[in-house]
Amino acid sequence: MRPTVTAPVELPPRLAELVDDFSGVGVKDRLQLLLELSEELPALPAKYSGHRESMEQVHECQTPLFLAVEVDPEHTVRLFFDAPLEAPTTRGFASIMHTGLDGESADTVLGVPNDFYLALGLGEAVSPLRLRGMAAMLARIKNQVRSAG
Amino acid sequence: MPVPNDTNPKLAAYAHPERLVTTDWLAEHLGEPGLAVVESDEDVLLYDTGHIPGSVKVDWHTELNDPVTRDYVNGTRFAELLGEKGISRDTTVVIYGDRNNWWAAYALWVFSLFGHADVRLLDGGRAKWVAEGREVTREVPTPATVDYPVVERDDSVIRAFKDEVLAHLGQPLVDVRSPGEYSGELLHMPDYPQEGAVRGGHIPGAASVPWARAAAEDATFKSRDDLEAIYQQEQGLSPTDEVIAYCRIGERSSHTWFVLTHLLGFAHVRNYDGSWTEWGNSVRVPIATGTERGSVK
Repeated sequence: MRPTVTAPVELPPRLAELVDDFSGVGVKDRLQLLLELSEELPALPAKYSGHRESMEQVHECQTPLFLAVEVDPEHTVRLFFDAPLEAPTTRGFASIMHTGLDGESADTVLGVPNDFYLALGLGEAVSPLRLRGMAAMLARIKNQVRSAG
Repeated sequence: MPVPNDTNPKLAAYAHPERLVTTDWLAEHLGEPGLAVVESDEDVLLYDTGHIPGSVKVDWHTELNDPVTRDYVNGTRFAELLGEKGISRDTTVVIYGDRNNWWAAYALWVFSLFGHADVRLLDGGRAKWVAEGREVTREVPTPATVDYPVVERDDSVIRAFKDEVLAHLGQPLVDVRSPGEYSGELLHMPDYPQEGAVRGGHIPGAASVPWARAAAEDATFKSRDDLEAIYQQEQGLSPTDEVIAYCRIGERSSHTWFVLTHLLGFAHVRNYDGSWTEWGNSVRVPIATGTERGSVK
């Protein structure tokens, strides 16, 4: 049976760039790239810092990850993440989401294919099991964008 | 020359004190010939953010598991892996990691399947080393490859498979997952299907002893007396019992396997690594739900 053919979805530019970066290098360098991204995850702004109750926990991540999504009147999506320094992989995943999706429109975020992360080639580097957190993160971001809209 | 054991008095009270070293001991012996230090974490990148000088990383998922079959690597691959890390058959290996040594204990258990003789855990793991302000580095060592013999895994002594668990029903089982996973309620969270299992609950007759109860605040193992109070007095287990421990994929239960076997001296403990992701997805195996142990009808 052939899969349903759908029109290719264009990823937002910075997310597409990340996919290119990751898929263009070997497994070892992908880990290095993820490590660098984990270090670039912005700190929480004061309004969320110390206010985890106002954020949503992503239970599917092996380590605690908290997420907040804002959609402004122009439908621009803002993303905020909080994960401990001892969880660099989770921080790296969050940083991919932040780099790729923060500042995009709600429609663009909702249009990102749920399985886009497979193209990053991280399955080989970190194991498919660990990637579940990434799928869950995107699903929860989309849910929040939808309920804000 | 063999690397000496740690003679710290806290460790001396355990059944097999030679299986643990303290951070003091490790700091003193770092770099000695015949000693290899291995970091094994849940987080595959944590080692890369800084690790104990001279230590090498062994990742449980990408290095100790077979990439295709749900199983551990075979003897050939294990020999290659350890050889590349500069570990010989007679090397003393000290493993440490994040989360109270959860994954470190898993790695130690896998090393034990291959019969690596001298493999120890760092009491308190990564957290204690870091909390004490000891040196960490990002410098990754490049050990010269050494010969490690191809030794086939022995799955018959410390590993249990599903059929063996079925045959074991009625004898002691320890479920080391969280209370919510044990009772089965975690499968019923609205909107978010949990990983893996289509059925929730536990293996009938299993005692619920979450694995982290064996760890103290500072991530070290609790004292022998405290551990006996939990597993022997409270749960009624005896060192001569045949015990099978399990969790979701066999990692947390490796920690409990270590506690029962090496710290309390139980002689017949097996880890069921298929654990709940196998049991909870299997057709027609008995399951108990709720907080009671339940029994096989």
